[in-house]
Amino acid sequence: MTVQDLPEGRKVSPASLFMAFAGISLIGFGGVLPWVRWMLVEKRGWMTDEELVNALSVSQILPGGNVMNIAVFVGTRFGGFTGAAAALTGLVLLPSVIVIGIGVIAETFAQQPAVQGLFRAVSAAAAGLIIAMGLRMSWRFRVDPRALTAMLATVIAMAVLKLPLIVILATILPASLAAVVLGRRA
Amino acid sequence: MSDRGVLGELTVQFALLSLMAFGGIIAVIPEMHKAVVDSHHWMSSKTFVTLFALAQAAPGPNVIVVALIGWNVAGGTGALVSMLAVSTPPFLITYVAARGVDRVKGQDWYRLVERGIAPVTVGLVLSSGLLLGGVAAVSWQAIAITALTAVAALRWKGSPLIALGLAAVAGLAGLV
Repeated sequence: MTVQDLPEGRKVSPASLFMAFAGISLIGFGGVLPWVRWMLVEKRGWMTDEELVNALSVSQILPGGNVMNIAVFVGTRFGGFTGAAAALTGLVLLPSVIVIGIGVIAETFAQQPAVQGLFRAVSAAAAGLIIAMGLRMSWRFRVDPRALTAMLATVIAMAVLKLPLIVILATILPASLAAVVLGRRA
Repeated sequence: MSDRGVLGELTVQFALLSLMAFGGIIAVIPEMHKAVVDSHHWMSSKTFVTLFALAQAAPGPNVIVVALIGWNVAGGTGALVSMLAVSTPPFLITYVAARGVDRVKGQDWYRLVERGIAPVTVGLVLSSGLLLGGVAAVSWQAIAITALTAVAALRWKGSPLIALGLAAVAGLAGLV
């Protein structure tokens, strides 16, 4: 796959970038990515599917939230530094305010037994959602011993041995990258 | 500890976490738990998992859990400082990458790097699920909710809000 440029010359105002990503953030419950495509490709027509895949592939290999990185990447291409800041702010500002509002309400009623039951149940369900997310993501590794090994080594290191993340990023990650490069040459 | 001390520590912690967040925020949840609960004792494990669940129930990207944690530790300023800390390093890196993308045009090393990173990311997401599930497993009913939600999310493509909403009702009714 080649990474193509997002077209130069197409400019979008910081206000439009802010509004587009604010819109994405407010409709995206538990996973914003499908809405990114809907907003940028279908509704606004700013980019093609292929351009979005390219933005996504860059965003995924950089540290930080994937959708945050997409916002910065797209914002930069269409509006420079200001555009990037506007897109990222649009993505996180309103949801942050809303979630703190939810936190304030939750804290107010936190001593009620029914609300404590609600917390216990929603915590358990949220854990189930993340487990399902991990299992779904792991599905593509089922016929790839290299990937399975790296994945299981990571789970053992993190969840069982409770090693610091930096240790995993300094050992398993380079080993996994080396295995991909060597496997390609073989 | 002074407020300024806490704000400084929130800044350092979340900036460091953001730099290690290959594969997104969910991948650093276990490390965030270590920092927030085990190292700094800012909150209990249960509170951490409850805040995570509230963030999942709210609209927006997963990173807003950081706003909620910052708010819980040090109020509105804590939320602002934590969000700035977790956003700024990836912002600068992605900004530079987006400007420099012309120079790597036509190369396929992205794909290779992504293939190398992905298994580690997925391992970290699974570790997050195990951690959250372990803390949430306070009763057999809670374990059942975790298992049912996971199975339902794997089988059906509906909104995660449905599962969270059903669990909320069960919890309010005193079943958990």
